[in-house]
Amino acid sequence: MAAAAPSVFLLMVNGQVESAQFPEYDDLYCKYCFVYGQDWAPTAGLEEGISQITSKSQDARRALVWNFPIDVTFKSTNPYGCEIPHGLTPALSFEGPQIVLSVYGPDVFGNDVVRGYGAVHVPLSPGRHKKTIPMFVPESTSKLQKFTSWFMGRRPEYTDPKVVAQGEGREVTRVRSQGFVTLLFNVVTKDMRKLGYDTGPPDTQGVSGPSPPQGLPR
Amino acid sequence: MKSKEEKVKIISEEFIDDGEDAEEERQKKPLKIPRQKRKKQLPTASREEMVLENSPVDDQQEPVQKGPDTRLLGMTSRRGPRSLPPIPSASRTGFAEFSMRERMREKLQAARSKAESALLQEIPTPRPRRLRSPTEKESETEFGTELDREVQRTQQDHDSQGHSRVKFHDSVRKIKSKPPVPPGFPSAEEAYNFFTFNFDPEPEESEEKPKAKNRHGANREEKEGEEEEPPVQEGDEEEWLDGKDVEDLLLGLDHTAEDFVAVRPADYQSVHVRLQKEKELLFVPSRRTVPTYKKLPENVQPRYLEDEGLYIGARPEVPRTNQNIMENRLLTQEPGRRWFGDDGRILALPNPIKPVPSRPPMLTQEQDIKAELETLYKKAVKYIHRSQHLIGSGDAPGNFQLDIDISGLIFTHHPCFSREHVLAAKLAQLYDQYLARRQRNKAKFLTDKLHALRSAVQMGLNPAKTPKTLETTPKTINEYKSEIRQTRKLRDAEQEKDRTLLKTIIKVWKEMKSLREFQRFTNTPLKLVLRKEKVDQKADEEAYEAEIQAEINELLEEHTEEYEQRMEVYRVTLQQWKAWKKAQRAKKKKKKQEAEEHPADEEREEPGPGEEPEKPAPPEPVDRAVIEQQVRERAAQSRRRPGEPTLVPELSLAGSVTPNDQCPRVEVMRREDIKRRSLFLKVTFNNKEVSRTESRPLGADFRVHFGQIFNLQIFNWPESLTLQVYETVGHSGTTLLAEVFLPIPETTVVSGRAPIEEVEFSSNQHVTLDHEGVGSGVPFSFEADGGNQLILMTSGKVSNSVAWAIGENGIPLIPPLSQQNIGFRSALKRADAISSIGTSGLTDMKKLAKWAAESKLDPNDPSNGPLMQLISVATSGESYIPDFFRLEQLQQEFNFVSDEELNRSKRFRLLLLRSQEVPEFRHYKQIPLYDREIMEKVFQDYEKRLRDRNVIETKDHIDTHRATVAKYLQQVRESVINRFLIAKHHFLLSDLVVEEEVPNISILGLSLFKLAEQKRPLRPRRKGRKKVTAQNLSDGDIKLLVNIIRAYDIPVRKPTASKFHQTSRSSRTFTEKHAASPTTHSPAHSADYPLGQVLVRPFVEVSFQRTICHTTTAEGPNPSWNEELELPFRAPNGDYSTGSLQSVKDDVFINIFDEVLYDVLEDDRERGSGIHTRIERHWLGCVKIPFSTIYFQARFDSQEDEKLLQATEKFRAECALKFPNRQCLTTVVDVSGKTVFVTRYLKPLNPPQELLDAYPNNPQATAELVARYVSLIPFLPDTVSFAGVCDLWSTSDQFLDLLAGDEEEHAVLLCNYFLSMGKKAWLVTGNAIPEGPTAYVLTREQSHYLIWNPCSGHFYGQFDTFCPLKSVSCLIGPDNIWFNIQQYDSPLRINFDVTKPKLWKSFFSRSLPYPGLSSVQPEELIYQRTDKVAAAELQDRIEKILKEKIMDWRPRHLTRWNRYCTSMLRHFLPLLERNQEDVEDDHRAELLKQLGDYRFSGFPLHMPYSEVKPLIEAVYSTGVHNIDAPNVEFALAVYVHPYPRNVLSVWIYVASLIRNR
Repeated sequence: MAAAAPSVFLLMVNGQVESAQFPEYDDLYCKYCFVYGQDWAPTAGLEEGISQITSKSQDARRALVWNFPIDVTFKSTNPYGCEIPHGLTPALSFEGPQIVLSVYGPDVFGNDVVRGYGAVHVPLSPGRHKKTIPMFVPESTSKLQKFTSWFMGRRPEYTDPKVVAQGEGREVTRVRSQGFVTLLFNVVTKDMRKLGYDTGPPDTQGVSGPSPPQGLPR
Repeated sequence: MKSKEEKVKIISEEFIDDGEDAEEERQKKPLKIPRQKRKKQLPTASREEMVLENSPVDDQQEPVQKGPDTRLLGMTSRRGPRSLPPIPSASRTGFAEFSMRERMREKLQAARSKAESALLQEIPTPRPRRLRSPTEKESETEFGTELDREVQRTQQDHDSQGHSRVKFHDSVRKIKSKPPVPPGFPSAEEAYNFFTFNFDPEPEESEEKPKAKNRHGANREEKEGEEEEPPVQEGDEEEWLDGKDVEDLLLGLDHTAEDFVAVRPADYQSVHVRLQKEKELLFVPSRRTVPTYKKLPENVQPRYLEDEGLYIGARPEVPRTNQNIMENRLLTQEPGRRWFGDDGRILALPNPIKPVPSRPPMLTQEQDIKAELETLYKKAVKYIHRSQHLIGSGDAPGNFQLDIDISGLIFTHHPCFSREHVLAAKLAQLYDQYLARRQRNKAKFLTDKLHALRSAVQMGLNPAKTPKTLETTPKTINEYKSEIRQTRKLRDAEQEKDRTLLKTIIKVWKEMKSLREFQRFTNTPLKLVLRKEKVDQKADEEAYEAEIQAEINELLEEHTEEYEQRMEVYRVTLQQWKAWKKAQRAKKKKKKQEAEEHPADEEREEPGPGEEPEKPAPPEPVDRAVIEQQVRERAAQSRRRPGEPTLVPELSLAGSVTPNDQCPRVEVMRREDIKRRSLFLKVTFNNKEVSRTESRPLGADFRVHFGQIFNLQIFNWPESLTLQVYETVGHSGTTLLAEVFLPIPETTVVSGRAPIEEVEFSSNQHVTLDHEGVGSGVPFSFEADGGNQLILMTSGKVSNSVAWAIGENGIPLIPPLSQQNIGFRSALKRADAISSIGTSGLTDMKKLAKWAAESKLDPNDPSNGPLMQLISVATSGESYIPDFFRLEQLQQEFNFVSDEELNRSKRFRLLLLRSQEVPEFRHYKQIPLYDREIMEKVFQDYEKRLRDRNVIETKDHIDTHRATVAKYLQQVRESVINRFLIAKHHFLLSDLVVEEEVPNISILGLSLFKLAEQKRPLRPRRKGRKKVTAQNLSDGDIKLLVNIIRAYDIPVRKPTASKFHQTSRSSRTFTEKHAASPTTHSPAHSADYPLGQVLVRPFVEVSFQRTICHTTTAEGPNPSWNEELELPFRAPNGDYSTGSLQSVKDDVFINIFDEVLYDVLEDDRERGSGIHTRIERHWLGCVKIPFSTIYFQARFDSQEDEKLLQATEKFRAECALKFPNRQCLTTVVDVSGKTVFVTRYLKPLNPPQELLDAYPNNPQATAELVARYVSLIPFLPDTVSFAGVCDLWSTSDQFLDLLAGDEEEHAVLLCNYFLSMGKKAWLVTGNAIPEGPTAYVLTREQSHYLIWNPCSGHFYGQFDTFCPLKSVSCLIGPDNIWFNIQQYDSPLRINFDVTKPKLWKSFFSRSLPYPGLSSVQPEELIYQRTDKVAAAELQDRIEKILKEKIMDWRPRHLTRWNRYCTSMLRHFLPLLERNQEDVEDDHRAELLKQLGDYRFSGFPLHMPYSEVKPLIEAVYSTGVHNIDAPNVEFALAVYVHPYPRNVLSVWIYVASLIRNR
């Protein structure tokens, strides 16, 4: 029965947090976590991770390479879900899981400060996906704040990195772009098509040949 | 090249004379070396060649030439052989030569020193490598150190310089006689050195050189150049140089050597001199500001455009100094001043830098490459001809279908036609024509039209009837009239045609009949019957006459009109003519006169006779008779005569065909020929054959029936659809007769509705047959003489229908309209509406109407009738345009299912409810995919709740009032939660972003100190742990930790004096009171306790969510456990969000038990062998801590003044800054969710009179009673009732109505009572032990302060250590708030005197006076007596329920109830209620007296009544039911004491009894 009529579909995401471009910063590490709606549940793998600290490469690219693996499998009944991050108020709905990245690194005084937040939806279509996410940080509310936060090494941070996965309440914040993180996803899905969610590449079957003429009398 | 020549000269100087002398040797020895060298690299170089060159000088000289070049780079490797001591060479050359060599050495030394001095002078000059032969240049850069390469080069030089050799002798001679070099000019040697010497500054070289000199002797120059030469050569060379030659050489050297020897110190220029020189050469612009006048022309004031109001862009920022330098430079360089503007500054464009940085789109390299190089997979696409239109790929492929129904084929002419057939075909054709005409009946229609027009004209002429058309009448009538004329003509023509047609038919039929007669057989079954229809002659005649008369009248009128017109013309022309005539006459006269005078002119003057205008004839008047005659003639010709019967021809196939045997042979042959013929059709689609019909024989009637339908599944828009008619004669193959082009059906034509159409075709084939058949394309005649020939081509009609198929779901399988080729329809546009504006245009009425107007459709034409009606309805009636505006006019189209169906879908409903955050579904996880997987019961709770919303249920609640209250509470809760949910979606920056506050100076200073602080201080201070937000919690991840440290003053068992000394029971009444009352017990050890037990062995049991943990058992009344108990926590629904956690209603029960060990040994004899004890535990007391720890402070609307709110914010901020731990309460949220200033809650309110009357003379007792009353109102924490939303404060009347509230409500009520009783009372906020942040009441007695716990009703002195209130942060009075700014906050250590501003910071002060806020409390509280009967009833029900519960909890044991004890307890409970003071002694004595035989363990529980559930919980937590002694009996009594306003005090006495035999 279960094989004939699945009641959930599975989404397996492999990949890695490949590299980042933060032109002004060095020695960064990143954290990732998945945010997903109520209809999604992880079945295997890690939902959260924290990477090593990486320094800029010496070549011209100045890339910060983590190559931090992601491997998680979700099951779901509904690509559309309502997300309520814990400790936060209910957010607007979104479909499918999102990966939330936050990058940290030392400032001039050696304090760990946040260097960027970013989020992207995990692609639902099977295949290899390379995503480059712009990263941003919340801005201080005033110049004085900016100075003191710089001086004290306590930059404004989101109460929860998962804020960046939701749309609600963002209007009260101001952010600044900091850099980019490149992610690689390899996505495998199971039973999605069976359950009526066609996320595959567009059907390339095209037009079939002409059917033989049916001129024969019936 | 001068230098080169000189070089050559010098060399030749050395060798010039040895030519003859050393001829022999030269041929032997000197050649050896070059040969050896050459052998290595140039084995091919023949010796002969060298001989031919015949110059040892050359051989020798070559190395010299290249020497300077090679030496430089070959230095290091050559150093070895060069630094060899001279001895070995000496040994080889012999001593005899030594003296000469010595001399040579001297000379060389001199020369060398000179060269060195020259070197010193010339060092800065770069070495002129370029002077070398160009052929060497290529190898110049990579001078190898290897010998062989140099040799090679030598060879090259040799070749290249061959031409210069010739000169050697001459040049050498020249040098010999060369005068000394004039002073000032470098000598030849100097010059040579200058150009060729390698001025290597290496110090070693100079050291080595002297050694080399020794060896090299006279030819030092050469030697320097050829240091790579092995010493072997030296010997050879020396041999060449001898005698006079050497002398000459030395002489030449001597005089130059003198010049070289001077040694000078290195030149040094002092810094000043150099600076001086530099000053002359260099210009250093000053950095000083250039005065403006310098930059501007003389006497010009600087002009500042900006000041004049002109816009000047921001100049690029350049440092001032740089500008100054530039200005100075410009001024010095170019005095023209054109670089300076009017304001004296350098001209500059506005700053080109954008003020706002912009980042170009991020394109990482990898991506770029990827994007360009990535190969995309595309599925192969079938090639489709360009001219064809591919149906959009979005449509399902092959979905279009064209049905072609080919029903049959009829020949209108065929080669095998006999003559009769020809006629028959003609007849049939005519007949068809006739039928068609009759159906249209155009004549009749035109006649009607004529009548209508006539009547219209009549109407128009009669103005009385239609006054409004008065103005237009003449014009309209004229139009009508012309139309009448037109119509009449048309009608006449039609009538004539009809008549002619009829005549022709009859004629053909006659011909046919005669033919049949003539040929004596019949070939066709055709038969024409003329039917006569009689008419009413009289009426007919009248109509005929009337028609004629009307026509005549009209014609008459017409002619009259015409006549008048003509008359007009005539008159005019006549006038003209007359005038002309007159003039002519006058002219003639004149002419005559003139002719007489000038006869010569006569001819000339004579005008031509043709010019004379004719006299116009007057038009004939209209003659009615003539007209009448014309009309009648015409009518007779074209019209049926009156009374003449109407002839209706009827063609039938009723005739019989003559059988074969009666026919002549030719006819039989013809018929047989027909039989041999068969036909089939090919269907070609877009010029491709797609199918063909079966081959069918040609019938005798020249009809072929196919009746086949072809379904063409197409996916291209059809461009051509053709039927090819093939004929097969016998077995001789097929011939293409004709092609029939079928029209492509309009998109509206679908199968089933398409009419059968006949499409004609014709062939151009020529067929002559040898039988009766007339053939095709050949002339034949009906007449015997062969006249009147006819040529007929094969032709026919295919009856077919083409239509679009209809799919299974009733949708026509038609390609989209846009795919159609528009071009081919353009020709049809005029005629056909659909082809002109397209089918889609049919829905656009305006377009259609426009088309109709443009193409001048006859609105009266019946074939246009429906169209015209449609247009008139559509365009005239405004009813089609709705006069309302629909907001979502497309909504209907997007509704893919009806609403009911949508609602029926369980999944959709679930999703909807969840997204609306309906509590039951808010955290629903993984909504199943299919409806069938959703259980119906999911909705049951929700539906039940909806249903019960207004139904008060009394099942769960024993008395109705409680049920109502519960319902009301529920509603309040819902509304608050809804409000909260809305508020939750409002975000502040602080909700999203954590940001440090701007520190003030002191904090900044502190933090500056912090920077210098040690990273790991010796005495670390605890830092608050950051809250961790965890997403992935599951059951078991959260644990509740309870630290049980110690207990004070646990009641001890009191040994009784009686014989039942084993009986142990708690000696105290319960709840927290024991903690409040002064310690009265001292452990009284009794020696006679069995098993050596102490007075009490307490242990603590913590239960939470029915999980129980307990500590070890300690001993004594003041035990210390110091244990940590760990309880797992399960969140409801596995949802660990904060909101959910806060709605956890579970309480943590901390129970204290006394463990009692009983010896169960019945027989003392066994004591030696074993100990059997039973452990019993006896409940001592309990603390209940609700699991509601954190709560939100939500934002709500306020009804307070904005100023006040700001003040409260300020006040709170100030307080929080100083004492962040002390909660400052200024505003609270009321039940309706509005923010209210807290003092509005405090107001004197009357307590129940009943209570005041109880102790009229004892105010203290009254106060206690009032406190007790308040404490009896059930406690319900807000955090539970409002699920983590907020703390709500209800007013006292609401509180009493609800009969539920938390500390604040209790405290407010109590405080209000005290205020009304004339006490000085305040609300105290602070932290208490079990409750956490709470509110107490403070009263001031005569000399001291009392702290009242409103929930328990107990009071404590200020200095009572057992006071549960541990800290005080705020005092609230009816008109002010005081914040505790004392160092300590423990009530023991603070001063409650609020008048001291140093200790208490007041909210309202002189700067902000109390504005006189009105109270939110009611004027007065009204109490009604509680129904005692209802209370008694409740009491019984509770007792029953509890008994049942206890039995339920003991599923495996028999539960016996001791009735006697129960009744006794029941009597005892009201006593407890009355005097809560120490009744225990009486009580115990009473019990002992009554229950002498039992070991009794029991305790009364007292609690305010709210619901049954907490009572059950309380009884359960005592664990009485756990006693599993076999002979245990139970007793349970309940007493409910009613207070006003339904406040009920419930007492439960539960006991276990064990019979002591």
